[in-house]
Amino acid sequence: MAAKGFWKRHENLYFAVTNKKVIFGVVVFLAIVALAIFGPLFTPYGYEEFAGPGYRPPSKEHWFGTTIMGRDVFTQVVYGLRSTLLVGFLAGTIASAVGLVVGFVSGFFSGRAPDEGLMMLTNMFMVLPSLALLIILSAYLPYRGIVTQSLIVAATAWPWTARAVRSQTLSLKSQEFVNLSRISAAPVFRIIREDIAANMFSYVFMVYILQFNGTILSSVGLEFLGLGPTRGISLGLVMQNAVNWNALHLGMWWWTIIPGLILTLLIVSLYFINTGLDEVFNPRLREL
Amino acid sequence: MAEHKKDPIMSVEQVTKIFSSGVFFRSYTTAVQDVSFKMYPGTVLSLIGESGSGKTTMGRMILKLLRPTAGKIYFHGRDIATIRGKAERREYYRRVQGIFQDPFSSFNPLFRVDRVFDQIYDVFFPELPAAERQARTREALLKVHLHPERTLAHFPHQLSGGQLQRLLIARALLLDVEILVADELISMLDASTRMGILNLLVDICRSTGMSVLFITHDLALGYYISDYTMIMHRGRLVEQGATHEVYHNPVHPYTRMLFRSVPDIGRRWDPKERFIPEQVSREIEEFYSANRGRGLVQVSPNHAVLMSLD
Repeated sequence: MAAKGFWKRHENLYFAVTNKKVIFGVVVFLAIVALAIFGPLFTPYGYEEFAGPGYRPPSKEHWFGTTIMGRDVFTQVVYGLRSTLLVGFLAGTIASAVGLVVGFVSGFFSGRAPDEGLMMLTNMFMVLPSLALLIILSAYLPYRGIVTQSLIVAATAWPWTARAVRSQTLSLKSQEFVNLSRISAAPVFRIIREDIAANMFSYVFMVYILQFNGTILSSVGLEFLGLGPTRGISLGLVMQNAVNWNALHLGMWWWTIIPGLILTLLIVSLYFINTGLDEVFNPRLREL
Repeated sequence: MAEHKKDPIMSVEQVTKIFSSGVFFRSYTTAVQDVSFKMYPGTVLSLIGESGSGKTTMGRMILKLLRPTAGKIYFHGRDIATIRGKAERREYYRRVQGIFQDPFSSFNPLFRVDRVFDQIYDVFFPELPAAERQARTREALLKVHLHPERTLAHFPHQLSGGQLQRLLIARALLLDVEILVADELISMLDASTRMGILNLLVDICRSTGMSVLFITHDLALGYYISDYTMIMHRGRLVEQGATHEVYHNPVHPYTRMLFRSVPDIGRRWDPKERFIPEQVSREIEEFYSANRGRGLVQVSPNHAVLMSLD
């Protein structure tokens, strides 16, 4: 039974593909990603283009209705989703990477100069009022693209990751199983892989998902305040426009609710993946 | 000290370990200071002391998990600080093994408990077939009174502290160990299994010539199991010698205090009796100043006492 042997060797994978939360999260997340990738193929319009009469609720021609100016909401949402996901991916990656490196180095050299220095920096970034900083930074830069926005968001997102990874590294360092592997004369790379990385990996994975989530939310928040990319479209911008045009007061629920709903679904799916994977990686949570 | 015909397997010579922490405000903690002793084949040495007295640190230095700040540890005449490289380390750990104090954190929570055995086979007996591995593991488990079916293939969190601790003992039994550092070995075991494990350990010592460094804070256990006793206080060995001599003729005030504080069965706590630890440290100071300049004194051929710090 080759198949059975495969699952026995990749136990975590088995628990991942059978975990209901993970399945739900992944399906929803992939559906949203698919919408971002393939959505534009289903729409003949551009997101800035006049698509038809304004103020129309969802219909066969305009799936998500039209805005007050007669633009197609579906088009705006699918294009907006692309840049929102891209910002989440870029900013989340940058924030996780910086946080991981800072946290790991600092935890590894705990109590010595690199640790003290890095933690001082982290604490400084932590007490900065991030929203104020984001507003100032965004307002200072006249032209903001997606990359700039990602950098701005990532700059305030990494400190807690650094803190969390540092404490994780510290607690791993004091675990006896690392010492037990050492006195078993286990090869160093195996200790790093099985004792340190494996215990870190699940954590890193979660951190990444949370950062992805967090950076999407804070970039949408920035866009909502009018500090998003100066060109292009994103979910936050769609919602900002809706608010600027009093869409809710005018009863145009499709203009505000639909982009908000898709954003919520995106965040919830990631949340489900996160809690589900927690059960996968941590055998203690696996038992019923 | 003790007159032995054989050469010592391990000799610890004036080992000191100082921990430092902090960058701007550096602070130093002396965990172990000027500790010397020798381990002979087939004997059990107990290292007795209160929490924080440095006994665990001493064990870790023998296991090469910590590097001594000063002093040398020799294994069969070779300074263990010079043991480097894969093959040498493997050879060292084939002979020198340890069991840690905390069985819960001794297992990687992501893996089933079998991993600790597999690691041993993978490193030391890579060519051993799976069936033979299984047979050896089962044999070792039965020796420590564990039921193989109820322990193997389980995750660490599914087993009790006592079971985990016995798994670690079984792990050490897979190798033909010459020196076993047993840190609070039976702290998690109940009274009935405790004796079985201790007797097993002594049997192995006598039959294979294994030498055990038995780190404990339990005087009764120390007396039960060991041939040689060392009392550790604040990083120093204050008294060491053949077990019966140390137990029947304690000289150092700290050792005397330890024996006074052992509760006896049949004697109840007396509310009128006062026991003040500060009094002991004053007693120790007075003892040191009264014996100024004497240092480590051999009170009998098999019994040495630290009389003063200079």
